[in-house]
Amino acid sequence: MRPLKVDVLVIGSGPAGLAAATQARRDGAGRVVILERNREAGGILPQCIHNGFGLRVFGRDLTGPEYAQRWKQQAADAGVTVLTRTMVLSIAPELQVSAMGNGRLLDIDAKAIVLATGCRERPRGALSIPGTRPAGIYTAGTAQRLVNIEGFMPGKRFVILGSGDIGMIMARRLTLEGSQVLAMAEILPYVSGLKRNLVQCVRDYDIPLYTSTTITEIRGRDRVESVVLCAVDDRWRPIAGTERAVACDTLLLSVGLIPEIELARLASVSLDPLTGGALVDEHLSTNVPGIYAAGNMVHVYDLVDSVSESAQRAGRFAAQAALRQPPPREELIPVVAGDNVHHVVPQRLRPRAAASEQAILELRVSRPMEEPVAVRLFADNSLVHSERLRYSRPSEMISLALQPEHAQRLAQAAQLLIEVIPMALHKES
Amino acid sequence: MPEEREIICVTCPMGCTLRALVEGGEVSQISGQACKRGVAFAAEEILAPHRMFTTSVTIRNGTLPLLPVRSRSALPKHLLLPAAATLRQVAVDAPISLNDVIYADILGSGVDIVASRDIECAEGK
Amino acid sequence: MPEEYDVIIIGAGAVGSLVARALARYKLRLLLLDKASDVAEGTTKANTAIVHAGYDAIPGTHKARLNMAGSRMYDTVCAELDVEFDRCGSYVVALSETDLATLESLIQRGSRNGVPGMRILGADETRKREPSITDAVTGSLYAPTGGLVDPFQLCIGAAESAVLNGVQLLLETEATGFVFEGERISGVVTNRGTFKSRWVVIAAGLWADDLMHQAGLDGFTIKPRKGEYFVLDKRAGEQVRTVLFPCPTPVSKGIMVTRTIHGNVLLGPNANTIDDKNDLSVTASGLEEVLSGARKLIPSINHRDVIRSFAGLRASGSSDDFYIGIPVAPSGLLVLAGIESPGLTAAPAIAEEVCSLLREAGLRMETNPAYNPERRAIPRFSQLGREQQQALIAQNPRFANVVCRCEMVTEGEIEAACRALIPARTYDGLKRRTRLGSGRCQGAFDLPLVIDIMARELGISPFEVTLRGGCSVFLDRPTKEVPE
Repeated sequence: MRPLKVDVLVIGSGPAGLAAATQARRDGAGRVVILERNREAGGILPQCIHNGFGLRVFGRDLTGPEYAQRWKQQAADAGVTVLTRTMVLSIAPELQVSAMGNGRLLDIDAKAIVLATGCRERPRGALSIPGTRPAGIYTAGTAQRLVNIEGFMPGKRFVILGSGDIGMIMARRLTLEGSQVLAMAEILPYVSGLKRNLVQCVRDYDIPLYTSTTITEIRGRDRVESVVLCAVDDRWRPIAGTERAVACDTLLLSVGLIPEIELARLASVSLDPLTGGALVDEHLSTNVPGIYAAGNMVHVYDLVDSVSESAQRAGRFAAQAALRQPPPREELIPVVAGDNVHHVVPQRLRPRAAASEQAILELRVSRPMEEPVAVRLFADNSLVHSERLRYSRPSEMISLALQPEHAQRLAQAAQLLIEVIPMALHKES
Repeated sequence: MPEEREIICVTCPMGCTLRALVEGGEVSQISGQACKRGVAFAAEEILAPHRMFTTSVTIRNGTLPLLPVRSRSALPKHLLLPAAATLRQVAVDAPISLNDVIYADILGSGVDIVASRDIECAEGK
Repeated sequence: MPEEYDVIIIGAGAVGSLVARALARYKLRLLLLDKASDVAEGTTKANTAIVHAGYDAIPGTHKARLNMAGSRMYDTVCAELDVEFDRCGSYVVALSETDLATLESLIQRGSRNGVPGMRILGADETRKREPSITDAVTGSLYAPTGGLVDPFQLCIGAAESAVLNGVQLLLETEATGFVFEGERISGVVTNRGTFKSRWVVIAAGLWADDLMHQAGLDGFTIKPRKGEYFVLDKRAGEQVRTVLFPCPTPVSKGIMVTRTIHGNVLLGPNANTIDDKNDLSVTASGLEEVLSGARKLIPSINHRDVIRSFAGLRASGSSDDFYIGIPVAPSGLLVLAGIESPGLTAAPAIAEEVCSLLREAGLRMETNPAYNPERRAIPRFSQLGREQQQALIAQNPRFANVVCRCEMVTEGEIEAACRALIPARTYDGLKRRTRLGSGRCQGAFDLPLVIDIMARELGISPFEVTLRGGCSVFLDRPTKEVPE
């Protein structure tokens, strides 16, 4: 069977994939196909039945399914083809893709590929929680799928480890569906998700939330019977004597999202150890010619609108690569995370990035600063640009657009650095 | 006797912690806000908090077993748990289109519950 | 079901299953029992999965003799059973001059046991073969005959081969006592009834001593000795390419670091005697011990690569050697007890030993002409070439549906595992037959799909699907109160 010839192949039909594919078609790419492993398009959105999506992109407060449906319609209107129940097996250097599903093997020759494989959750095994390994331990996302899509309640009495957004959303969901959420434990001294969720998912339902607390043991032979909560010190070490057992039958884990880069790795795409995701430039191009990356598999976003907006960029450049030769390889300028910055994307830029198109730097700070801060961009050792923010938190991504007026100084730099420091310190310097 | 209340404003992601006094159905001495919207928010949140409500209902003969639904506008906060309990017992039949009214005027609130997506009939039905 | 069996084997772990298979070469009425809902639920499912070269055992012991004999049988047995086996060689790593002297004594001991091809390598040569090894390495003992296996695959393979050759397998059947006719054991009492038999073989792992006491043999006790392990993601395979044993010191046996036959990395085990034979919990201190011990060999081991931790219990007998024998009284009993390391390696040879002992004791062993040693495993789709994959899909389109993304396990394989001769009836059973859920995401993606497939295949409701039998259900109730 001859391979299917595609101009832009997008892998994943979540908010990143749908947006990238739609934009690729709008920018003139011929055949644009999305491969989706689930039975319907939308990625993770169909199970995110809560609202808070689309405030920027559509000017409306939408649920996940509503956001997905709008993008699916836009993709269809733009002439994008979606193949569901199809899993990619491998990607060869010349962008030959081997996939499978719907009862057959499928080979695809693509001129450009956008990886939009999203992210996944950190599982129990990676946390090494002592104790037994009974049934009844789920990541919050798996529980969300069971409750919202399959129609199954996984337990009666829940404890949630981690105060990530998915954990808080599920705390509310489980309570609304008649189950009991007995406690939420967060190892940090602050909640790791958005404040809005703290109010509307945890406080609204009087769910006990314990910060600086972790779980030091899981008990139960066949099924979870209890977990042991324990306070931790400022180095996250359990404080002996503060243990208390909470009887429950289900433990949900919401302790971090990590980019889903299995395919990226198979395709020899370079990864950034800081983000765990693909290393990209301002076109969202990876080190492999013709392969672009978008959405949570680059770095984990906080708002779905940002995912779609940046994915549109990837779709645009993938379309350009498919229509003509990709831009010649240039010496790229590394972008480095400075003080208080956990990571920054893209990790490298073309010298002309600021001058030619608006390049946007996306970053997360490594610790909360509940005071006015300055986001500062340096070209080598000289300060090029700074912006004031009212505060900065790890849970909220910061975007900084490169301005054309800085183009010349940026173009000549050997390295760009971005840092976030309290306004008070910025004023001193 | 005025009561002191503390709430987090969710008008924007900043999440200012606001403090206010409540007495006899009136809110006064609001502090902690970084902008005017916080002032307006405080009164409503203390006296008559509202929330957007999302949940799901059983759908028969559909491609999926559950239909996600939402309130068209915010519901009074105290109606959320009762509304969820009510909707747990509701079933609709496929096909359903986005924004179809699934349950009108829930619990006398004047707010309709509508479908949050299309769901087609299951194949072969 | 015959009125009387010739031999009942109690315990369907690696040893019991291989014993049953070996006996199936003869025209005997055979019954293999296990109290768990699947084979290999005891020590067989939680150990280091090493086929030992044989320098560790004390010369002259059963352990030494059967280690050597068993190791030699592995290539043939694994080929017959379609089980993966890799005789990749192993290293004992020296970190000091004293250690080098210990290596010498190990070589001598190995020679006395008949271990072929051992030699001492210098620090540089060791580092060439294992580049991430500690700078403190002074040398290593290389034993080319050491190897890796999947103990569950071996056990299920042997048990299925036994069943193919006429052995009856009863799971969830717990032996609680014996029937006596005078001084002779004439049957086994279980929770599913009493079974008459001329001979009983105890291969019951941790619980062998309980059965021995039931038979009036009071002198032997088994204490569970827990070993805790970390499993690392396959990408840690860059740092660990071989099988590394720490050099034993007077103070401790140290912690192993090894790649596994599937390409993961395994750290552990430690060793702590406990009381409860059902306690498989991992402890904070134990995991810390394993991690820091492992880093003595490979300092760059990163705890971020951990995908799972688990514990296994060794059946540590009150004697230092395997207890293998036919007691004088009561008669009709063959006891295999205290089969801890190198038990897995010795298992095929123990099976042969059982045949010899029973023959010597007078059991009539007429050759079974229908015996076929071959057994085929479920196809491993991800390991097949493209044409074979195409052929499988043409036969059954479910092989084109990937269920476990991390390990690339298809619906066709899961279906095959649910329909196998000894079918998977739990998630863990599926996991051990297909590698489902064994990768990076540990089942987060596949679970909802698998519940659906298992309910269909087993003809049960999704609410009855379990992790490992008993009360280990995944689901509690439907989200909604209105039935569909």
